[in-house]
Amino acid sequence: MNSTAPDPFKLVIVSAGTSDPSSTRLLADRISDRTCELAACHGQTVTSTVLELREIAADIASALVSQLTSPRLRAAIAALGEADGIIASTPVYKAGPSGLFTSFFDILDDDLIIARPVVLAATAGTARHGLVIDDQMRSMFAYLRALVIPTSLFAAPEDWGDPGLNKRIDRAAVEFVLLMESGFARKIRDASWESYQHEYGSAGGTETDIELDTDLMRLAAGGGAG
Amino acid sequence: MQFGIFSVSDITRDPVSGETPTEAARIDAIVRIAQKADEVGLDVFAIGEHHNPPFFSSSPTTLLAFISATTKKLIVSTATTLITTNDPVRIAEEYAMLQHLSKGRMDLMLGRGNTAPVYPWFGQDIRQSLPLALEHYNLLHRLWREDVVDWEGKYRTPLQGFTSVPRPLDDVPPFVWHGSIRTPEIAEQAAYYGDGFFANNIFWPKEHYVRLIRFYRQRYAYYGHGTEKQAIVGLGGQAYIARNSQDAIREFRPYFDDAPVYGHGPTMEDFMEMTPLSVGSPQEVIDKTLTFRENFGDYQRQLFLMDHAGLPLPTVLDQLELLGGEVVPVLRKETEARQDPETPAAPTHASLVKAKYGDQAPRQPRPNANRGDNVTGGSPYQDSSAETQADYPDL
Repeated sequence: MNSTAPDPFKLVIVSAGTSDPSSTRLLADRISDRTCELAACHGQTVTSTVLELREIAADIASALVSQLTSPRLRAAIAALGEADGIIASTPVYKAGPSGLFTSFFDILDDDLIIARPVVLAATAGTARHGLVIDDQMRSMFAYLRALVIPTSLFAAPEDWGDPGLNKRIDRAAVEFVLLMESGFARKIRDASWESYQHEYGSAGGTETDIELDTDLMRLAAGGGAG
Repeated sequence: MQFGIFSVSDITRDPVSGETPTEAARIDAIVRIAQKADEVGLDVFAIGEHHNPPFFSSSPTTLLAFISATTKKLIVSTATTLITTNDPVRIAEEYAMLQHLSKGRMDLMLGRGNTAPVYPWFGQDIRQSLPLALEHYNLLHRLWREDVVDWEGKYRTPLQGFTSVPRPLDDVPPFVWHGSIRTPEIAEQAAYYGDGFFANNIFWPKEHYVRLIRFYRQRYAYYGHGTEKQAIVGLGGQAYIARNSQDAIREFRPYFDDAPVYGHGPTMEDFMEMTPLSVGSPQEVIDKTLTFRENFGDYQRQLFLMDHAGLPLPTVLDQLELLGGEVVPVLRKETEARQDPETPAAPTHASLVKAKYGDQAPRQPRPNANRGDNVTGGSPYQDSSAETQADYPDL
């Protein structure tokens, strides 16, 4: 290692599993382990933070109904805001991702994870839920303008004994590490951040400086409406 | 530093007695609450504006005129007056009238309002809320400063040769606060005109307010009204006070747990930790309130929310006894000892008259004679300058 060694990748794992350990968390951990191994091969270290949504479920519910963000929730959001990559894993209930999972992402500032690489993972009791990631979860992350990797990782009970799952995890880890290595999110921030729609507070105060050169600002300072 | 109370005007079921007050009882109660605020030495009473149940305050100037007539020193104000759905011409007229009747013991706070259905009831569109608010205020600002206004904008029918009557008391416009929790354009407008900026401070993590108030202060200085420290800032807060904190917490909890907006969500303890809410002894409320200036800088007006969530009138009056009798006197003393000497006092009618006229007598407009068609001709007042000629539309 020399003085120009790259900063470690900051990996954040979001798990909406409910037991301890849950298969949802196990799936996330397998992706995370494979990601670390692969990154190490590329001479890259990884630091990871795990957000078990089960532990902040009441805080998430409070934030949804009262606009109030608890210190624990603020810490979780701050970790996401600094992530170089995100692994988001949820159980599937009633043909959709857990409400705990979607509620957490519902309360995030809209601009918090623009262009960040995301691995989506889901577990279910039946293979019939297999399209939940592609049909339902991708659209939420599209709204957040995150960059979901091409491979979705879904595990029904039969997948846990199937080497096919490992192959998909390997493939996902390659996609994920390459995206993180490219520095895409950071480059977007440097090169094109202003071109996204931002509102005051839409990325926890890091969204942008307050823009003075706008029609509304001119109207505020006594000008006419455009 | 001014201290006072602000009310949302909610009519909420008392979760302890199970009783919902009638509109009549709640309106009588709010008058009593304002009078009590005056009796215990608070400086300001402010009322919200709403146009749907369960609120009663659709007509703030009527209420505030009555209150000012039955109080001695209290400044009456609003929190907020809707600059979006009200016609700025009517705001100019109604609040100038209130200013005359209260002998200048009034100001007002403008806000946009966030109840979507209200906009179409008044012929407006919530999607245009921000430019509407900005344009309306630009007009309102002129109506109070120019005897004759010709105006054309996007959101209101044009004005030709219009004079808003009565002219402001002593020809000094009411002081205006702009309330906002997340809109830089509103902070910019407040700064541009040298008006006050108020952050309600009740819900959000304070970092948002801190940033917005800092922006307002910078822009206030940029527009040449004074230094950043001389900008005029107001803050909200919320308190429930008892002699000792155990009683305060026991008494307030059922109201907190059932409160509109934040009830059935966070615990009261979490809410106290995360927001300006103080539930406790006078000393605890004092200690917490004194931290506000550390976050926002020295400021001019502190308003407390004291009468919401179904608290019955006798309880609110007891609260005001404690607030005015024990909390605010200490806050005044401690704030004075701690604040930067450069900190200005909140503007009042007397200070604005002094600033405009010095020791000269204020202007007292007298209209010219009615020409017989109920207008005064080209020049509305005997002392109107020759340049302010009204140019009436052709009929």
